[in-house]
Amino acid sequence: MKLVIAIIQPHKLGAVKRELEAVEVNLMTVTNVLGQGRQKGITEIYRGAREAGGLLNKVRLDIAVNEDFVEPTINAITKGAHSGDVGDGKIFIVDLAECIRISSGERGGIAIG
Amino acid sequence: MDSGDTAWILAASALVLLMTIPGLAFFYGGLVRKKNVLSILMQCFIIACLISLQWMLFGYSLAFGPDFHGIIGKLNWIGLKGVGSAPNPDYSQTIPHSAFMIFQAMFAIITPALIIGAYAERVKLSAFLVFTLLWTTLVYDPLAHWVWGVGGWMRSLGALDFAGGIVVHVSSGISALILAILLGKRVGYNHKPIRPHNLPFTVLGATLLWFGWFGFNSGSALAANGLAANAFVTTHIAAASAGLTWALIEWSHNGAPTILGTATGVVAGLVAVTPACGFVNPISAMIIGMIVAGVCYVAIAIIKNKIGYDDSLDAFGVHGVGGTVGTIATGIFSQKAINPAGADGMLFGNVHQLFVQCMMLAVALVFAVIMTFIIFKIIDAVIGMRVEENNEIIGLDLTQQSEAAYTVIE
Repeated sequence: MKLVIAIIQPHKLGAVKRELEAVEVNLMTVTNVLGQGRQKGITEIYRGAREAGGLLNKVRLDIAVNEDFVEPTINAITKGAHSGDVGDGKIFIVDLAECIRISSGERGGIAIG
Repeated sequence: MDSGDTAWILAASALVLLMTIPGLAFFYGGLVRKKNVLSILMQCFIIACLISLQWMLFGYSLAFGPDFHGIIGKLNWIGLKGVGSAPNPDYSQTIPHSAFMIFQAMFAIITPALIIGAYAERVKLSAFLVFTLLWTTLVYDPLAHWVWGVGGWMRSLGALDFAGGIVVHVSSGISALILAILLGKRVGYNHKPIRPHNLPFTVLGATLLWFGWFGFNSGSALAANGLAANAFVTTHIAAASAGLTWALIEWSHNGAPTILGTATGVVAGLVAVTPACGFVNPISAMIIGMIVAGVCYVAIAIIKNKIGYDDSLDAFGVHGVGGTVGTIATGIFSQKAINPAGADGMLFGNVHQLFVQCMMLAVALVFAVIMTFIIFKIIDAVIGMRVEENNEIIGLDLTQQSEAAYTVIE
């Protein structure tokens, strides 16, 4: 089991979700997050005062998958979120030690899907 | 008595209250960080409670009561004794004395509320309450008497201040500057950006200020007549002109206009036209709006940052500077053709009026600076004006009021 963590542009969420559903990855947790990458954030101006280093709005997806679904998930996110510009985001893959479905008490790979 | 005049002044009184709560409360509330938004709403709200009682008990009598040597009103009207439904011909023959009193009460409420912008995010609530009560009694009430009270010495000299450029905006604005300097900068100011937490609140507040200002300026005619209509029109034109000018300045100076700048420009325009609205024509109002937008922009975006005082929400930059511009502009653009009870300004051949305006401005500035300094020093010595650094970092909502505006869950 793997946990796929993706940080993407907020306006790409719809496209990423469609791509994931196309490869039958339907379960995800989505949160609003703030961050900066190589572009070092944005500059905001309040009453003439410039304030550099403002963090950008991003969307984070947390998706737990069985091994068979890791590559399709990565491909779907990449396809949906790619524009080729700086700021498209990142995907992180980490090992997942356990997964428990609260309603039934099932554990492991069967509980993920 | 005139039922039309009375109806308008009662409605205008409610409009002026709307400027403070929720207008100013949301204008300022949106500009602070989310840990301090309730402190701003509380300060604006409780000022409405505190000063209403002060006004009823003795404030109104100090400001508008029978004159004592041109400097203060006598206490004949404490507890509103004798202030009833019969008109007071000294102020208006056509509305109840109590209607004039409650209209003026709303001005006494908003004036100390404007100062909140200077000490936002770091003032102790208890000290704020004592300061507000003392400042209103010792600065606002005498100034209102000098300029507007029958027998007041500035009024007798022919000073023109239709709706409160000096009495409301210059007095609160310059006091705000003194407080910002004496109180010192907020923790972290200059090291990291202090961003507004909710600009839509600020725009909502600015809109309510614009709306309520029609009561403030047009109501100051104390009648539903042509002069009220003139004040309504000039108020609106100056606001529009200053908002557009500010946006265009930002566009050329920063590459983009902001809604915060445009809203700030509108408020600056409203401030500047306040003393002038009942004496000038619409073209003059448009020019006043353009001038005040430029001057306030330079004061806030350039001079403030160079000098380095932390006027958190630009109470001085908008109200002090804007009120000063308006007071001087009144001495330039006034026309007897608009208001026979006024005077001609410099452009209409009467340089003397400009001199009177500048003299009044200087006296009000010096008086407010000295009094604010003394009141601050006394309160700071007795209870302390500023919260402890740790409480400032946690935020005033939790440390002064034991509540939070936004919860994470549910």
